[in-house]
This record gives sequence, C-alpha cells and structure tokens, in this order.
Amino acid sequence: MIPSEPKITPELVAEHGLKPDEYERILTLIGREPTFTELGIFSAMWNEHCSYKSSRLHLRGLPTKAPWVIQGPGENAGVIDIGDGKAAVFKMESHNHPSYIEPYQGAGTGVGGILRDVFTMGARPIAALNALRFGDPKHPRTRHLVAGVVAGIGGYGNSFGVPTVGGLVGFHTRYDGNNLVNAMAVGLADADKIFYAKATGVGLPVVYLGSKTGRDGIHGATMASAEFGEGAEEKRPTVQVGDPFAEKLLLEACLEIMEAGCVVAIQDMGAAGLTCSAVEMGAKGDLGIELDLDKLPCRETGMSAYEMMLSESQERMLMVIAPGKEEQAEAIFLKWGLDFAIVGYTTDTLRFVVRHKGEIKADLPIKELGDEAPLYDRPWVETPKQQRIDPAALDITATLPGALERLIGSPDFASKRWIWEQYDHLILNNTVQRPGGDAAVVRVEDGPKGLAMTCDVTPRYCEADPFEGGKQAVAEAWRNITAVGARPLALTDNLNFGNPEKPEIMGQLVGCLRGIAAAALELDFPVVSGNVSLYNETNGRGILPTPTIGGVGVLDDIAKMATLDFKANGETILVLGATTGWLGQSAFLSEILDREDGAPPPVDLALERKTGDLVRGLINDGLVTAVHDVSDGGLLVALTEMALASGIGANLAAPPPDMNPFAFWFGEDQARYIVTVESSAKALVLRRAELAGIPVAKLGTTGGDRLHIAGERPIVVDALRERHEAWLPIYMGAGLM
Amino acid sequence: MKSAVLVFPGSNREGDVARALHMVSGVKPAMVWHADTALPQGTDLVVLPGGFSYGDYLRCGAIAARAPIMEAVRAHAARGGLVLGICNGFQILCESGLLPGVLVRNARLRFICREALLKVERNDTPFTRRYARGAIVRYPVAHGEGNYTADATTLKRLEEEGRVLFRYVMPDGHRDDAQVLNGAANSIAGIVSEKLNVLGLMPHPENHVDPLVGPTDGRALFESLVGALEKA
Repeated sequence: MIPSEPKITPELVAEHGLKPDEYERILTLIGREPTFTELGIFSAMWNEHCSYKSSRLHLRGLPTKAPWVIQGPGENAGVIDIGDGKAAVFKMESHNHPSYIEPYQGAGTGVGGILRDVFTMGARPIAALNALRFGDPKHPRTRHLVAGVVAGIGGYGNSFGVPTVGGLVGFHTRYDGNNLVNAMAVGLADADKIFYAKATGVGLPVVYLGSKTGRDGIHGATMASAEFGEGAEEKRPTVQVGDPFAEKLLLEACLEIMEAGCVVAIQDMGAAGLTCSAVEMGAKGDLGIELDLDKLPCRETGMSAYEMMLSESQERMLMVIAPGKEEQAEAIFLKWGLDFAIVGYTTDTLRFVVRHKGEIKADLPIKELGDEAPLYDRPWVETPKQQRIDPAALDITATLPGALERLIGSPDFASKRWIWEQYDHLILNNTVQRPGGDAAVVRVEDGPKGLAMTCDVTPRYCEADPFEGGKQAVAEAWRNITAVGARPLALTDNLNFGNPEKPEIMGQLVGCLRGIAAAALELDFPVVSGNVSLYNETNGRGILPTPTIGGVGVLDDIAKMATLDFKANGETILVLGATTGWLGQSAFLSEILDREDGAPPPVDLALERKTGDLVRGLINDGLVTAVHDVSDGGLLVALTEMALASGIGANLAAPPPDMNPFAFWFGEDQARYIVTVESSAKALVLRRAELAGIPVAKLGTTGGDRLHIAGERPIVVDALRERHEAWLPIYMGAGLM
Repeated sequence: MKSAVLVFPGSNREGDVARALHMVSGVKPAMVWHADTALPQGTDLVVLPGGFSYGDYLRCGAIAARAPIMEAVRAHAARGGLVLGICNGFQILCESGLLPGVLVRNARLRFICREALLKVERNDTPFTRRYARGAIVRYPVAHGEGNYTADATTLKRLEEEGRVLFRYVMPDGHRDDAQVLNGAANSIAGIVSEKLNVLGLMPHPENHVDPLVGPTDGRALFESLVGALEKA
C-alpha cells in the first residue's frame, strides 16, 4: 500500500455503496483487508447495476429459450436467428440517473452504450429506439429534461449514423425527480459470426481499444444504484461525456478487425469500465487476467490505479486478440485513428491481478468477483388488488367529442413529431415504416425481409396490478409487431423500479416479472436480453413501476407490411377482439376524470395469441387495407390515429345500447385490432374471424373529412390534427423562445 | 459512369449514396479514403457524402476540407469534372472554397429530419436534366447545420447567375423565407458552381430512390448524372 491511499474505514466502505455485511463478505472471500483499489473494484462489481443482486433471483423465472434464440441473457446483447443466415442482435438499457443529472450527455451516452453492446457482438447497428418517461409537464425541470434528453439522443445517434426509428414518450408526476431514458439498439450480423466476451487461451494479449481513459464517470454505476435526495445535480461529475465520432470510428474498426479474424473475445467498457469488462472476459472463460496499468492510454496525467479501474470514459473496448494477429489488428486501429495498447495477458491462475508503477494494486479471485456477489431474496409484499370500475357509477360531464379532443391533445397522446424529427430516422435507407406507426419496420439489407420493432409498457397498469401490467407490456409489444404483419420473435426488457429494499417496491418487481414471464411463455416471445434499473426514487418517492419491453419480429416480405392509415373512402371498419368497456386505469379515467384507479384490463393470453395470429394471416393474405392495435385511449383514439395518418374521416355507428358509450369508445380491453377492409374482402374476413373464434364487430365506414359518431357532434379531422400537433411544440417553445 | 464516393472519418451516408448510384447506374462507385491523394483513374463524378466528418468538430466540414484527398477533388473540379456534395458534403465544399457561402446552425437550433419540398429552379444542368424546370420534388433533410448563408453580394450574384438550383418551397410552390425549415437565406437548398459542374445540396436525394422504402423523387437526379455522363 502506498501511504497516499486512504485507509479503509467503515465510512469509506459506506461511501462505496457497500453495506457492512457486504464488506464482511469481502473480508471472508479474500481473507484480508482489501486495498483501496480492490475496494473500488468490489464496489463496481457488487453494486445493483452490475450484480443484479436484488433482481437476479427473480430474473431466473423468465423464459429465455426458443429454437430461434442464438444467445439469451448474459452477454452484451441477445441474438436471434432471422433466417437466410442472418441474426438480429438487440438489447435495451437504461441511462436514467445520469440523464436526470445531465440530460444531454446522460442520454447521449445511454445511446452510445447500447450501440456498443450491439456491435461488440459483431453486429452492425441498423436501428435505435428509445422509451422516455418524464415528470409532470408542469414540473419546473421537465422542459429542460425533455430538451436535453432529446437533443442528446439525436446528437449521438445522428452522428453515429444509426436511424432512430421508434419509441415512446410519456409524462407523469411520479417521474418528476427520476426521468427514464431507456435506449434500445438493433443490429444485424451473420448468424455464424457472433462474437462473445468469453476469453479462451492462456498467455494471449488483452488489448485496449478506442478512446483514452479519463476521470469521467468514476462511480457512475454506484451512483446509478442509489436513490436521489436533495442536491442530485451535484453528482454531475459522475456522468460520462460522449463522443459519437469516436464511437463511429470504433464501430468501423471493430467490425474490420472482426472480419479479419483477429478477435478471440471482446467486451465493451460500459458500466464499471475496465473492471467489469476484464473480469467478465476472464471469468466467463475460466481464465485469470493480469493488467499492467502503465500501458493504459490515459487522457489525463497522474491517474491512480483506482481511477483507471473505475473510470467510465466512453467509446472503449477490451479484446483478446488471436495469436500472431496483434500487428494486423493494430494497423486497422491506427488507420481509424484510435488507440491500441496491449494492457495485459490472460493467465491460468483464475486471479484478477492489477499492476501499476511496479506495485500490485489488486489481486482478487476472478470468478468469485462475479459469482460471489451478494444475492438477495428481499422481502416483498403483493400489491393489493383493486376493484373493477363500473362505468355506470362514474360521473361523466364531458361529451364524447369533447373528451376525444382533450385526449388527443394531452401530453401522452399528443404527436411526438417535435421529438422524432430531431432524430435522423432515414439514414441507411432501410426505414420502411417511419415513426408514428404501431411498430417501426427496417428492411434487412436489400430485402425482401424486414425487422419490426417496438417499445411498450403501461406503467399505470403495472402500478395497479404488477402481474397484469407485466403481462400487458409484453402483449402490447407482441401486438404492435403483429399489427404491421410481422412474426414477433423475442424481447428485451428494461426493468425500471424504485427502491427494492422496500417490500412494496420489491412486490412490484416480482409481480411484473411474473407477468412478463407468463406472457413471454404463452406468446413464444422469449426474453433474450435486458437491464434492471432500481432505486429510481427521489426523497423516498418511487417512480411508477416501468418494465419497458422492446420487441423484435420479422416480416418475410416488406411489400406485405400493414400500416395504420385509412386507405380509401367507403371501406368497412372492423374491430377484432371483444369490447367489454374496461375503464379501470384507462387514459380516459386519468385525463378526463382525473382519477387513476380500478383494476387494469386483464390480458387473456390465449385469446391474445389467437387474435394476433388471425390478424397476421389477414395481413399476409392481403385481405385488410389498414391495421392498428387498440391500446390506451381505446377504440376512439385508435380510430382517430388512423384518420390523422390519412386525412380520411369515418362514419361510426352508435355503440350497442347496453353499453356506456364512454366505456365502449375509451375502454382499454386488450387483444384488439382495428382493421379496414374493401367490400369485396369483407365476407371472407368475417368468415376467417368466425373460424378462429374471434369476436368481430363493425364500427363504421371510412370516408369524408370528419369523424362522426351517430348522434354526436362530428369533428373535422384537420381540427383534431391541429390539437394533436400543437401541444408539444407549444410546450417546448414556451421555454425556449 | 465512373463515380467515386469519398469516405472521411465520421461520414455516415456514404453507403446510402453508393447504393443509390449503384441502383440507378448499375455500377458500384469506388469508395475513396480521405487519406488517399488521388482519385481512381477516369473518375467522372466525385460524391462527398453526408455525415459528421471529423465529428463536425471545430466547424462542420472544416477539417475534411483540408483532408489529403481534397487536392485531387479541387483539380477534378477545375478540369470541369462533376462534384456532388450532399449535406456534410455541401458543408465541406463551402469550407474548401469550391462553393461560396457557409452552412450554419438551423435557425431553431435543432437537428431536423423530415421530408422537404424543393423547387428545381433549372433543368439545364448535369444534375437536373431529368426534371422538368420548376418541378416540385420531395427529398428528406437530416441536418443540424443546414442554414445557408452568404454575404449580400454573394447572394445577389448567385441569384443573378442562376446558380440556386434547389430551393425550399411551401406546399403551394412558393418560397417563404420567413418559414423555411432551417432559416436558409433565400430558401436556398442547393447551389452550383459557375461552370455548373459542382453541386452542393443539403437535402438527401439518395434517400428517396427506392419505392420499397419511400418516395422516389431523388432518382431523377442520379439519372440526370448518368445521362450527362453517357452523352459526354
């Protein structure tokens, strides 16, 4: 120990986010007091973000296998076979805490991190998506966060050169102190050329590639594993700074040296930087790793071993290079102007040894660093069930057209054009379905295949009933992929929750995971990657439970893709699936009646599957002209979105006399799709629905320039569009002009 | 037609434009690295693609304008060879002095990706011969710094010499400088050099060539180039 390093005290241990019993565990494991650097390494490996210590036990219940799954959770990203020798590589990851503290860099590096996860596997990123949750629009910080996060995502993705094709944006006061930034990336690789973190071979060079190491982001993962209190903004130095230009170069250089056969194992330096990447490569391959930090390319002088091991500087990679390939690999990296340094070797000792300036700064058992991380079976309580809302008992003073006008211009439903126009969604020239549809569709190379992708979750449902909410998030992602005509293949989950040390919050996590597992199993939609973000709390108040689901599916022929816009006048509008008028936890209840209560709509998974299979078949057989899933906002919001996308109105029949009209039009029953059919196809579509045992009802006919429900005031589509498009630009402009 | 697409560190639409050229001309363009000092023998058309060359650090296009390959591009242009700079390519052409003026940050200070309507001001150039004069076409834009500006004398000269080739217009076909999406002077989207052989264009014709992906209004620009070169 050099004397300048701080003495290990209980206070220092606590500052590293380690509980006293966790420190005892370290002492037992290594049989001595850790060095300062070792303490830092443990804090990096054993925080919630890296060790999943609160969630690991429950993540085991998720279905992760299917014949088309090449790689499930545990690697940088999940990998699925999409046929023709190609694989889709994808994952979603949160960058919530940093994005609150420093929205531009926090969101940008979130995008950078997930892109790196994908190209580390040998895939070229072909699309990015993001799921964003902000606080109440009236909260003084919200506007600043929206502006910064959106600019940060665009600033990184646009420069890197990946189209940002879809996502979701929602507002709720429960995110006031903890906005969520969940970034997803999808890449394309040859199915037989996937690269992994597992190192093989003793005495091989461990190579550092990319940008230099600085002091940014030290303890970023530890910060992301704690609640916020007053003064969260003071944590700004723990946020990394992104350089999309360096990342673009790193992408090209990595793909080039992979192609040249130089790479044995590869791991990007994300959370917990060099520590986590080196330990993972060694531990997965049953090898030791020795690092010589004197060789590390540093941006700043005088960096200590502790700082180098914990830096979260961006755009860096660690690789094990094949014997005799060092020179070739170095030449490729130098061509791209990136750093290349041999910083260590693989060993057969199963020890993680770190040397700096002639001293051993760390000497730890490599497998135990990961395997022996604490695992908690935290106490949890089930969320109490709520009653089903009886529409007859509601005191509704609004009119149907009035309620629709308010809903369509409300923050959650208003057009997000102001946001997605800041993202380059067209680069690579493969964006077949642009933002605004049910799922984005990106052509695979020159076609005819396409990948459909979407992000979904309804946090209100998850809060009221975590199990049903978890199911619904998966079902909705599956439904959105189906609605464009694609076969849903697999999902990635980004689990955002509050403090797991509270039994109620832990109950939300457990419930949502069980729901996700049930739906993923029933719908053959396995989980192949994911990320857990806990401690999303400020001053003791947690976010709504938000398990964001990112789904990916394949469309065999993009020419058959369905879109949601009405195509022509005079077509019949049908709803497939049963409408019971379920208003509990609906957007109508929340926006119009200002109450968030009742049981959320249950998802009948068998019915969900049957209905989806029917719709997909109708699309592939060219029997329907427009398709839109029915989600929050119910039938009338879905119909409005179809009208807005096309400029064509509709004449709609009055609801069945035995049903409350608000419940009929705004109820959020699951497993439903609206389709339009030409008169020649109508009989066949009805027959196919009957054969499948799926209820079908005629809602009306397309045509005209207004939405007109029999007996109600007609609304001009262009007037609805004005409301729909107005809210966000006005809201943002008010703070900027 | 022999075309060469330059690749700078940070270029990211080189693949899109190469694909469009291949699709329309049937020939794959050569990809030329920024550190090279010569263009492939017999190059007819040089394309400077979109992207963020050198991260747009310092000033967009400023570093790329000084890349080794640019000497060869200047010589090619001086010989009357065709040069097409799209988006970042346009910025590089301005920074390298091959075109006048400069592209600064969008008036609303935000990146903007959307379809834009453009008027083709003349069709007697190698880039536009397959369009009708005055045609209104739809190309997407995707830029943060597409706000064209130049001093009054330069703008006047460009207008007098008919060197504004593409102009942003409203749906009714008229230009409205107060509402132009990025704030560009005189609603300028693309300008040509005096000899009409160098075009700088902010929007992306290469992203509107494939009916499977979207509109195909950009195709005629590449067809014009093929036609011009076949004739030559």
